[in-house]
Amino acid sequence: MAAQTLILIEHDRRQVKRPSLHAVTAARQLGGDYAFLLLGSGMEDMARSLTGYGAAVLVADDAALAEPLADRYAAVIADAFRKASARTLLATSSTFSKDILPRAAALLEAPMLTDVVAIEEKEGALSYRRPVSAGSMLATVQLKGDKRVLTIRAAAFAAPEGDATSSPVENLAVDASSLPNGMQFVSREERASDRPDLTEARVVIGGGRPLKDKETFDRLVGGLADSLGAAIGATRAAVDTGLAPNDYQIGQTGKVIAPELYIALGISGAIQHLAGIKDSRVIVAINKDPDAPIFQMATYGLVGDLHQLVPQLIEAIGRS
Amino acid sequence: MTQPIAKILVAFKSVPDPYEEAAPGGSGATAKSVINPFDEIAIEEALRIRERGEATEIVGLTIGPVTVDEQVRAALAMGVDRAIRIDDPRALDPYAVARILRAAVEKEAPQVVLMGKQAVDDDSNQAGQMLAGLLGWPQATFVSKIEFLDNGARARCTRETDAGLEVLEVNLPAIITTDLRLNEPRYVSLPGLMKARKKPIEVVNYELLGMQVEPLTTIISTVRPPKRTAGTRVETVEELVAKLKEEAKVL
Ligand SMILES: Cc1cc2nc3c(=O)[nH]c(=O)nc-3n(C[C@H](O)[C@H](O)[C@H](O)COP(=O)(O)OP(=O)(O)OC[C@H]3O[C@@H](n4cnc5c(N)ncnc54)[C@H](O)[C@@H]3O)c2cc1C
Ligand SMILES: Nc1ncnc2c1ncn2[C@@H]1O[C@H](COP(=O)(O)O)[C@@H](O)[C@H]1O
Repeated sequence: MAAQTLILIEHDRRQVKRPSLHAVTAARQLGGDYAFLLLGSGMEDMARSLTGYGAAVLVADDAALAEPLADRYAAVIADAFRKASARTLLATSSTFSKDILPRAAALLEAPMLTDVVAIEEKEGALSYRRPVSAGSMLATVQLKGDKRVLTIRAAAFAAPEGDATSSPVENLAVDASSLPNGMQFVSREERASDRPDLTEARVVIGGGRPLKDKETFDRLVGGLADSLGAAIGATRAAVDTGLAPNDYQIGQTGKVIAPELYIALGISGAIQHLAGIKDSRVIVAINKDPDAPIFQMATYGLVGDLHQLVPQLIEAIGRS
Repeated sequence: MTQPIAKILVAFKSVPDPYEEAAPGGSGATAKSVINPFDEIAIEEALRIRERGEATEIVGLTIGPVTVDEQVRAALAMGVDRAIRIDDPRALDPYAVARILRAAVEKEAPQVVLMGKQAVDDDSNQAGQMLAGLLGWPQATFVSKIEFLDNGARARCTRETDAGLEVLEVNLPAIITTDLRLNEPRYVSLPGLMKARKKPIEVVNYELLGMQVEPLTTIISTVRPPKRTAGTRVETVEELVAKLKEEAKVL
């Protein structure tokens, strides 16, 4: 099955990650036909869930692919890319795609761009925009050659509309014995949570260094999140000091979010943190320092001690 | 572990100081350059591995023009045993960096290459994974803990992922890229810096690596993105809730 663009789909072994699908919008902007590429073990249901986007679904389904080990995944992806005579390998930015796609790019001898936020065509040549230096600059980049690998920011490309055309599912043959074998999966530590996913949530509460200890963080940041059905995020300082787990970190080197509402509690507004929250529609900052940089970009700023203000806020929201 | 790893290579990049405001204009340059923070963590980890007797030699390597020698000195001052600078004045992309590093790795033959997960100027997060692909070596990215097993034949690495933590084992030789929580790099002491001034830096012209590496990406312009502007100060929690409901309509 030939396709000009292959979209690598991410999943958590149970279901497809919704932001993965935003790459469809980027593929449509690139033009030409596109297909989904799904790797894993026992993928039948997930493959079926991907029909209805105008894309064929290429599935590499094998016990050897049960865990996303970069050496195997990159080999299978590069192989599928060659067989499809594709030109673009595309995925939504995440630790999954950032781990695997650069390796696949090297196998394909193709240039790669991370975190693309816009695709433009000028005089027949494609150019790509991406933030650099913690988002303090936007670079416009062109690529040489006839192949390319891109990860896109989910927030910059809308969730795709469905497409009525049929979507054939095609199984890719996997020769497990020929796959690289130098990496072994040992274990995974993930907390089950009732809260929405940080990168998909409508409302996010972020906590910073002054939350002091885990108990305070959970009571104030967690309490406010519960009252709004929100996800929780944190600064690097809060993660480094053990107030919050690593996957809560928002920013240049953590997650990038774009919720309707972000409430920053005790966060100074370092450029590395702002890099992850800039595209939020409404930003609220609560900080005791009236000169904190976060106030220069917050939609609403409230100066004061979060230990007093956050319980009041939880109560006020409960009343309303 | 009884048999130490003979050689760890650390690839580091010189970047504008992330704690400084960039000069206006769009180049991203700041007055001061530093070792990329993730690479400083990689150097620190290599030193700790050597200090606990699990490695013998730590080689630092960077690709860049003569102006990055200050960061090479800083790496020597931290404690790397020797340093190589591949002299290349061009603007490189991660794929070009990975291809140059491959030539260097083939020459130096280390058992482990430690790198940063991302250079904080280009924010690519690619070069380590690409190098692993080019060499056909296992990779462990975004790592917050490293342990060596089986007499240095394998490494068990904890990785920071979007969903939490993951543990992998990789056969050596392997590429390992660092995340923020791996360690806290030491400060460079003044005597360390003095001593480093006397250590030689091996400078290799990139053309002598005997291969043609052309970057495939070209930055045609950089602009400052539109800034968000400061909104409204509110005095009380009640006023805030009212604004969120009636003005912003998010509650
Ligand atoms: C390579 C690199 C990568 C990085 N990546 C990231 C990243 O991805 N994400 C990230 O967030 N950071 C990142 N950082 C760190 C970043 O530079 C800042 O250090 C960090 O964001 C600061 O976190 P903070 O705002 O919680 O802490 P601080 O800067 O210490 O700010 C705490 C704020 O709380 C306020 N405060 C104190 N007490 C109270 C109180 N009782 N009530 C109300 N307000 C109070 C203070 O006025 C202050 O403004 C990175 C740094 C580097 C070098
Ligand atoms: N010019 C360079 N010289 C040496 N190592 C580099 C260079 N550029 C990038 N690296 C390494 O590659 C890692 C990832 O960089 P990047 O893919 O550009 O984000 C960095 O953390 C360094 O370890």
